[in-house]
Amino acid sequence: MNRIISLAASAAVAVLAASHALAQSSDSTGFGDAVKIEPRDGAAIYAAICQGCHMPEGVGAVGAGKYPALAKNENLEAGAYPVFMVISGQKAMPPLGSYLDDEQVAAVVNYIRTHFGNNYTDAVTVEDVQAARP
Amino acid sequence: MLSGTSQLSRRDLLAMIGTLAGSAAMYQAMTTLGFAEESPYKGPIKLDGDPKGASVLILGAGLAGMVAAYELAKVGYKVQILEYREKAGGRCWTIRGGDKYTELGGFEQDCEFDEGLYINPGPWRIPYHHHAVLDYCKRLGVKLEAFVQVNHNAYLHSAKAFGGKPQRYRHINSDFNGHVAELLSKVTKQGGLDQTVSTEDREKLLEALQSWGALDENYAYVAGDHSSERRGFEVDPGGGQMPIAKPSQPIGLTDIVQSGLWSNLSIGNLYEYQTTMLQPVGGMDMIAKAFEREVGEMIRYNSKIISIDQDDKSVTVRYEDSQKGGEPQTATADWCICTVPFSILSQIEIKVSPEMKAAIENLPYAAAVKVGLQFKRRFWEEDEHIYGGISFTDLPNTLISYPSTDYHSPGKGVLLGAYSWEAWAYEFTSLPPEQRVQKALEYGAQIHPQYKDEFDNGVSVGWHRVPWTLGCYGEWTEEKRKEHYQAASSIDGRIAMAGEHISYIPAWMEGAILSSLDAIGRLHQRVVSG
Repeated sequence: MNRIISLAASAAVAVLAASHALAQSSDSTGFGDAVKIEPRDGAAIYAAICQGCHMPEGVGAVGAGKYPALAKNENLEAGAYPVFMVISGQKAMPPLGSYLDDEQVAAVVNYIRTHFGNNYTDAVTVEDVQAARP
Repeated sequence: MLSGTSQLSRRDLLAMIGTLAGSAAMYQAMTTLGFAEESPYKGPIKLDGDPKGASVLILGAGLAGMVAAYELAKVGYKVQILEYREKAGGRCWTIRGGDKYTELGGFEQDCEFDEGLYINPGPWRIPYHHHAVLDYCKRLGVKLEAFVQVNHNAYLHSAKAFGGKPQRYRHINSDFNGHVAELLSKVTKQGGLDQTVSTEDREKLLEALQSWGALDENYAYVAGDHSSERRGFEVDPGGGQMPIAKPSQPIGLTDIVQSGLWSNLSIGNLYEYQTTMLQPVGGMDMIAKAFEREVGEMIRYNSKIISIDQDDKSVTVRYEDSQKGGEPQTATADWCICTVPFSILSQIEIKVSPEMKAAIENLPYAAAVKVGLQFKRRFWEEDEHIYGGISFTDLPNTLISYPSTDYHSPGKGVLLGAYSWEAWAYEFTSLPPEQRVQKALEYGAQIHPQYKDEFDNGVSVGWHRVPWTLGCYGEWTEEKRKEHYQAASSIDGRIAMAGEHISYIPAWMEGAILSSLDAIGRLHQRVVSG
């Protein structure tokens, strides 16, 4: 279990002392609705839901299985692929289509395809997302 | 006259009928999903017949894997287990003070709980009808104690009701039942049920409603001894010349209905959560440790599976040391019981039928998060007289569970401060561990203001970041079950899957054990008849 290949630049050591215990944390990550992700902006959606697995900066992670890095990921070249994965999931990727509306899916896919060393500028549209819904 | 309210609106009434129907509807939905079945466990498995030295390779030393090893070795199989972690138990897991947990992404947590205090990030309670788990606890000497699910003095809380002030469960429960009983008795007396209730039944029904709802002699739910014997008194009866008991004032019907707090009243009525629930003394992993004592010598720890191959004679598994890496090694056996979660197995090269492959690749794993919080004193007992049980809230932490053990102990205490699902679980998981703790503190402080002064330290587990599961449990839908469950639970050549995901009681230890017993039973049939 210790052989977790962490590509994250800094690993946080969470030893919590009472002194800084009740510093207010930011609400920018959402926590609005129980079954919907509320942020609308691609970066905020990524921070609220995607980075749980794909990690900050899209570096991915490896344990007994892995979460692929989204950074410099050539599988993102065709926008339809990440749209399908976000909506329907596959293997370790759970389907997230119920938590996000069409605009949010487009926003987060476009964010991932133009960040973390990716530069795919042919943005996916809300219509692309609608068409990919099962 | 309706007590505590002027007139009941149609919307109120519909909401209430929804609640009355709610537990039945919820039960039906859960049965459809396979959640609420009674365990068909009928006692220790009997594997008759000689396996003639057949060997079985078991992948994963969680409960499913260790049950298989324990039972198969007993009847003469040669058994080896490969386990990714440095210890056994899988999701039957307890975090205690001194434990270090590193989640995916390299985020480290050092648990600083005091000695004897813990949280169970995975399973944390055992229904009385999970016969297999309980039988193994009995056979392996795992001591059990009551897990308090329902506590009438715990809280129901909504940020949007009663000005955000938490309400005692006994108040909401008594008043909801009382008002509903009064309404129904009124309708009954007015002849509103004459088409469905006979004259003979009518009197009995009225008597029943009076008794169930704590109504007075006029079938009204009002402040008085009847209602206070349910919800508690404003001044409790005392001794000697202490003040005379004073009944408490019920909350009005409209306030109860509009609060939405009734939505958590029925949880303890669900078959899965009915009293008596149980827990091992000292943490859930006492079950894992008991099995490990029996089969530990068969386990090769720190073994990361690379590939699983089979032909008509044997199964061959390649693995590497999960700590040191290095040259892959090989293990071979006649048969294989694979308990690796499909979230991980779907990423491992495996030779199985296309149907099994499709099942492996199409079972998503649910998001769930738990946060454990240590406080300097047990203020929930000292200040609020809450001994075990659960408070529910509509905030993202969803609940606070109080320890069901060591009441009145003078030292620190640990609460389960968050247990979240769905969108909130993803959002919690996406935060660094210490921020999850902060969030749980912020939400919990709205229910217990003592949080601010008494917090000591905390630990959190987001199941999608657990390196050896990548999620909490296999989330079957009715559709997915139709499509893939048959294949997933079939013996594929020489490989059988087992674990909570190969059961109709997903996420529960009982499901893992039953699936394992079912798999080895069928496999043994093949071995002795082949």
